[in-house]
Amino acid sequence: MITAERKPFDEILELVDGHKKILVAGCDTCVAICLTGGEKEAEILASELRIKAQADGREVEVEHTAAIRQCEWEYLDMIAARVEEADVVLSMACGIGIQSLAEKFAPKLVMPAVNTNMLGMPQEHAVWLERCVACGECRIGLTGGICPVVRCSKSLMNGPCGGSHDGKCEVTTPEKEDIECAWALIWERLKAQGREELMFADRPPKDWSKSSSGGPRKMVREEAKPV
Amino acid sequence: MSDNGYKAGSNLEKILTAGTFAVTGECGPPKSADGSVIEQKAKLLKGYVDAVNITDNQTAVVRVCSMASGYAAQQNGVEAIMQMTCRDRNRLAMQADILGAATLGIKNILCLTGDHMSFGNHPEARGVHDLDAINLIKMYRDMRDEKKFQCGDEMAVEPRLYIGCAENPFGDPFELRALRLKKKVEAGADFMQTQCIFNVPKFKEWMKEVRALGLHQEVKILAGITPIKGAGMANYMKKFVPGMDVPQEIVDRVAAKEKGEPQQAEGKKLAVEMIKELAEVEGVAGVHIMAVEWEPAVPEIVEAAGLMPRPAVA
Repeated sequence: MITAERKPFDEILELVDGHKKILVAGCDTCVAICLTGGEKEAEILASELRIKAQADGREVEVEHTAAIRQCEWEYLDMIAARVEEADVVLSMACGIGIQSLAEKFAPKLVMPAVNTNMLGMPQEHAVWLERCVACGECRIGLTGGICPVVRCSKSLMNGPCGGSHDGKCEVTTPEKEDIECAWALIWERLKAQGREELMFADRPPKDWSKSSSGGPRKMVREEAKPV
Repeated sequence: MSDNGYKAGSNLEKILTAGTFAVTGECGPPKSADGSVIEQKAKLLKGYVDAVNITDNQTAVVRVCSMASGYAAQQNGVEAIMQMTCRDRNRLAMQADILGAATLGIKNILCLTGDHMSFGNHPEARGVHDLDAINLIKMYRDMRDEKKFQCGDEMAVEPRLYIGCAENPFGDPFELRALRLKKKVEAGADFMQTQCIFNVPKFKEWMKEVRALGLHQEVKILAGITPIKGAGMANYMKKFVPGMDVPQEIVDRVAAKEKGEPQQAEGKKLAVEMIKELAEVEGVAGVHIMAVEWEPAVPEIVEAAGLMPRPAVA
């Protein structure tokens, strides 16, 4: 899923500084599952903003709402009336949702209340790990189902660098002590699958034009278009 | 291959091809536009090494680029081995830079992944990693041997390069280390330099695997030596430098001496002993002496190891 973290409160305050009618808009899909930007979190942020405004002696109206998915036009229609009333919308959706909202209601001022950070997997309750960067050219069939593009700190395609130590990445620091060496994991997985020879397969340079390096991407499924 | 039978015709290639035990050194360019630093370091090493590695933003800290520094080293009489990391350049820049280096007379290139940005002084930098070191070796080999850019376009005049790589016998998983060198050799590496060796038994174990794969006959292997300047440095390398394996007895041996000159002397003595021991290992074609910010120690070590005079090559 797409994960996001709420921005520091002071940064959010700066983004809405001077506005009288603020709508905090949550999204009840990915960011709700990662406990960052669902309706409940939107309600909490709205309360914090009201309390802060009261403490500062400012007159500000803060409301909250949530769309089932901010990234789809039809769900945005459902919150249109609330959006229209606000001077500024603080979106708690991922970057896709925020931009959909901003585009749908342009030129309405829409500000991000979260930093979208990854395509992650919930490893355990309240812990997410990055698993994909949407590079557009998936080769994990050759790497035991483990992605070296995102899980190797240097996106190496041909095995571990010299900094791999005891299964850990050289980037391992006290703050990031959990980084596993992707290539150590790949090697173990390939061995378990009896496919060790894949470790030594020729892996030509990656085609990054299929990633965001190739410019904004667009997908059209002709066969799925309405007739 | 060119008319004279050499791939690049560098001193290093000629010495290694002749089967002579090679000595390479290392120079870190300065962290400012001071053009005199490389000149001074080159003058110190001239005549004592066959070629000198010019590091490329080593440990992810910004320095004078390896191309300009390599050119300066050569202007001052020491052949350069220009280092090139995949961290700071994409394939366009890596090809443009090698063409530029070749026009400046640089013939040896060392293809590296590069230390991660998080270790350096710009941890917020975006890492490029368009290619990895193995892709890079292959790209340069194709430029040289096929006169082709990575995209397949042809070029009129190829860069004549002696292509090097690095390998860390002390990285994990150990069972992959010799096999990874094999991959680099298949990609086109002509010579390789190892990470600093302090754990000699482990290095020998790795060399056994290298020989079992026949790699010592396909690539010239230079064993990495770092003279220890003091117990503080030994401890630092043991604890903080990625991929280093410094046995405690090495730290203790240096620490047993008094700080300053006695510890330095012990470090140099240790380096000389190691060179002599590693030179006996079958398949070791030379040594690569990395005297980090301690270049003045190199002549003495090379002399004491019995590696002087360095061969004059035509």
